[in-house]
Order: sequence, then C-alpha cells, then structure tokens
Amino acid sequence: MMTRGFLPLLAIVAATGIAALAWETDGFRVVTSAGARQLSIERTPRLLPDVRLVDQDGHAFSLSSYEGRPVLVDFIYTRCPTLCGVLGDDFHGVLQLMSGAGAGAQIDLLSISFDPQNDDREALQLYGDRYGAKAPRWRIATLADARDLAALMQSFGVVVIPDGMGGFIHNSAVYLVDARGRLARILDPDSPPQLFADASRVSLP
Amino acid sequence: MSSRLRFVAAIGSWLTLWLWPVRVALESDMAAHMTIQVPLLIGIGVFLATGVRSREPHWLADADWLGIPGIVMVVLGTSFWMLPRALDGAVADPLVDAAKFLSLPLLVGLPLGLSWRRMPPLGRAFIWANFIPKLGAIGGLYLAAPTRLCAYYRLDQQAVAGWTLIVLAVVLGTLSFIAAFVGWPARGLRQLSPAAPSIRFPRPYPGR
Repeated sequence: MMTRGFLPLLAIVAATGIAALAWETDGFRVVTSAGARQLSIERTPRLLPDVRLVDQDGHAFSLSSYEGRPVLVDFIYTRCPTLCGVLGDDFHGVLQLMSGAGAGAQIDLLSISFDPQNDDREALQLYGDRYGAKAPRWRIATLADARDLAALMQSFGVVVIPDGMGGFIHNSAVYLVDARGRLARILDPDSPPQLFADASRVSLP
Repeated sequence: MSSRLRFVAAIGSWLTLWLWPVRVALESDMAAHMTIQVPLLIGIGVFLATGVRSREPHWLADADWLGIPGIVMVVLGTSFWMLPRALDGAVADPLVDAAKFLSLPLLVGLPLGLSWRRMPPLGRAFIWANFIPKLGAIGGLYLAAPTRLCAYYRLDQQAVAGWTLIVLAVVLGTLSFIAAFVGWPARGLRQLSPAAPSIRFPRPYPGR
C-alpha cells in the first residue's frame, strides 16, 4: 500500500527538481552558457562600457563613437592560428556583400584584439591586410588601456582561456551593437550572407 | 565504523575536495570535473547516508515509499549538474560551485544512499540499466559536437571527457552484465549489481 506522506513528498521533489531544470535551461530552450547568453541579450539588449580603442592606423576612438549606426564586433588576437581566421574570412565576406548592396545597407565592422600586450599597431595592420580591412569601415583595434580589458570582456560575455600552447581559445561569436550603442544580438558566424542578413534585419529602425 | 566517525570522514573528504588547489585541479579539466569530482561528491552523500540511516526520521522513511521520491530526486539532481551551462557556472562562479558542493552530497548522494535499500530489485535494475547507456550517449554527444559546449573547456578536453564517459559506460555495462547474468563472486561487486539474484535486502519494504 502507498504510504501517507508519499504523494506530497513526491510532488514536492518532482516540482522543485523540474522547476530547477527549467530555470537552468531557460524553459528547456538552452543547455549551454553561450546559448543562455544569446537568448538573454536578444530579450534585453545590454549597455556596453565606453572604452577607448586604438585601430590599425594608430587612430584612437571610443566605442561610443559608433552611436547612431550599427556595428558588427568580433574578438580576436592576431597570432590566432584557427578561429580568428574564420572570423576574419566572415567579415571579409560581409564587406564584399556590402560593396554589392546599396549605400543604405552599410554596416561598420570592428575586430577587437583581447591581447593588447602582443598586438601592437603593426600586428593589427598585418592582420587587417590579410583580410583587406580598411579603417574606418573595418577597424582592427585593441584597447588603449589594457586595464579596461576585463570590463569589456565581461560586458560582451567573451570568455578567453589559454589553449595550453601559448595561444587562446575564445568564443566564436559575432556581436551586433545597435545604433543606440547596446549589445543587441549574439550571432553565430555561420556564413557571411547569413551574418549580413541578420545584421541588416536587426539594424533596421 | 561508528556513525560519528563516518560523519567526520564524510565532512573531512568534503572539505578536502573544496580546498582551493584540489578544487581547481579537478575543475580545470572537463573529464576530471565530470568523472572524478562529481561522483566523489555524490559518494560522500551516499557514505553520509550509512552514518545517519539509523537516525532517519520515521515519517521520512515512510513517505519515501519504495524509494521513489528519493530516486526521482537523484535523477533530477544528476540531470541538473550534467547540463553544460551548470558546469560552466560552477567553474565561473564560486557561489554556483558552492551550490554544487552542497546539492550533490545532500540532494543526490544522501537520498541515493537512503532510498536505494527501499527500492524493489527491478526498480534498482531499471535505474542502473538506464544510467549506463545515458553515460555512453552523453559521451557520444560530446564527441559528435563540432563546437564547444562549455565556455571554460577546450574542444580537446570535451573529446577526452566524451571518451572517458564511453569507457566508463562500457566497463560498468560489462560488469553489470556479468553480475546480472552469471552473478559475481566478490561480495562488494555483487552488491553493485541490482539484478543479481543473490542480492539480499537488509530491510523489508517499508510502508507496512
């Protein structure tokens, strides 16, 4: 025979457990931390710290200088042997698509190096030349003050871990900052046309 | 071992795992995190159960009919800490890690230790036989995933974790198969196998 406290105890245990699982997966929609962040940004765009950056031409600018127009941002380091190359090719592809599209479909591109110690102006320039990046349309930049790095990474949700061979492993995402200077979307670097379409759609007023 | 000594040993090993160098060492690798630290934390709870079993309140032992609420708790608790997002959180945030250190022994290990004896043999076999292929399937998913599931672990670590889970599933599956079909000579292993016909139940089913 079923005991007296059985059903209440089972109900409490099952309800609490399933609620915890639903909470941790945002209603059974995501299982990874990257997915969770993507979803949360989509719902509530986030303000970003106004850090000072220096681009491949040695030109200093602040993140807020993009206000008024959307910008696609990716995070790189120029010695990167793998992923950054994919990201670089993607931005190169977006650049080509834009030159084919009308003047109204212009989106700025910004590649930020999270390795300001090693990535001086020359390194940024070389990386830019590799993918045909020209400032100001596509800036290859790093932080003017390395102390801002942690805050910037935190606000974009970029996690950088050492790869055990002197390099880094980092998120392979492209970040869309909207015209109001907020992080509005985290995009998968699938293909340049997809990226361009996503960016154009979100950047429409 | 007296129940007080068991309690001290459980707390001692729990604190050792929490110690900064031990914690960082086990959590810096995905496979070690999943297949050493998490099982040890659950094991501490199971061990704790052997010490507090005699003091379990009567109403709780009664309400845990056939060990069903307890094993549901175990299944949900282990599922939670199997989410890549939860593992990431534990590495990134000490508070989430503290939640893991408390919930795995107290909400998974302890109920497992208390409820297992109350479960009918077929129920144990069902849980055990479900658990083993689940390990292998998750391992296979880790190997098949082209991207990293955890922001704090490298793709090669993810592959090692995947293989570790698959090897564990094969080893546990083989041992359980032998135990279930032909029995196991060693007493300790025989107890591991829920379906072995020779298993003995220390207590009759509660609720009577």
